[in-house]
Amino acid sequence: MDKLKARSDHPLDALLRTDRIPHIWCSGCGIGTVFASCLVAMQTSGIDLNKTAMVSGIGCSGRGAGYIKLDSYHTTHGRAIPFATGMKLANPELNVVVFSGDGDLFAIGGNHFIHAARRNVELTVICVNNLNYGMTGGQAAATTPCMAKTPTTPLGNPETPFNLPLLAYASGASYVARWTILHTRDLTKSIEEALTRRGFSFIEVLAPCPTGYGRRNKEKPLDSLRLYQERTVIKNGADPSDVILDYQQGITLGKFIDHERPTFLDSYDKTCRINF
Amino acid sequence: MKYWRVPLDVDEIQVTRGIVHIVEERCKGCGYCIAYCPRDVLEMSSKYNVKGYHPPVVKKPEACVNCHYCETICPDFAIYSVEAPPQEGDDGKHSASC
Repeated sequence: MDKLKARSDHPLDALLRTDRIPHIWCSGCGIGTVFASCLVAMQTSGIDLNKTAMVSGIGCSGRGAGYIKLDSYHTTHGRAIPFATGMKLANPELNVVVFSGDGDLFAIGGNHFIHAARRNVELTVICVNNLNYGMTGGQAAATTPCMAKTPTTPLGNPETPFNLPLLAYASGASYVARWTILHTRDLTKSIEEALTRRGFSFIEVLAPCPTGYGRRNKEKPLDSLRLYQERTVIKNGADPSDVILDYQQGITLGKFIDHERPTFLDSYDKTCRINF
Repeated sequence: MKYWRVPLDVDEIQVTRGIVHIVEERCKGCGYCIAYCPRDVLEMSSKYNVKGYHPPVVKKPEACVNCHYCETICPDFAIYSVEAPPQEGDDGKHSASC
């Protein structure tokens, strides 16, 4: 009985489908922390939760939509953003949050991302960047650092990873930030801001993947957090072209871009609806 | 907490106290709350939960200042803290040596 009582007492239980908890994420995985920050930000930002929906794609982070006790959609691989765009255009009152991973949003869904940012659709995109395709076994992704070992790059990754904040900025996003799971307070505040901004908001969150990425690169979960503590520097307003994800140089965190410009709905109404 | 000098308003500052609650059956033993508690309140217990992980246990309950950091960093919704009601004999005043 005491255990049952303790279960229902967690401050986030009101927003969780508690019958599905404990979730599937591995011990030390950072997705749960990002998810918790997202829930706290939703609670404290003052948005109407009855008019909030979470959309996610495929992958470990894609499971997020299944754990939130709001309207939520688990879409096909890479299609979280087009699905969310459709929802937002069909019902402009909704707050649509896209919660997904780097593989889903930037590999298979890369084109959808850049076009939603170009149109400036009012979405809040939270990208959990764990540097690999975690769910399928840790293969090299578009965000895997150069020389990292994965099952598909046993000698080290010869490719250069995406600089996600620069990609978002260059595509036209109106809010761009990057945090890690260690900076939970900044992350929660940032998600809160992104939820209340008009326009396309993008937040990249670095999270450890101990099973897929850490195991092959000799990085235990607490080692990843130590890297986040020692090798990061917070520079709000930094130029996105300078924030390359490279642990040797040091990782820049912060809110990089925050400027408002007309959203897709604004320009659509002005161009196509005003005369009818 | 050690100060390099005693703050001038140390007698007036009220320090909140917290009680840590651990939902053991949800814990996956990652140890984030233990490693990053600013007051070193928690430690790994030697017992197992139903999933076979070692959940944290409160080592120094009186040191918790209800900062909620364990609650925010826990990926498993397994730990949270609530504000402790002021106790008799504890006037809530902060002592520079604690």
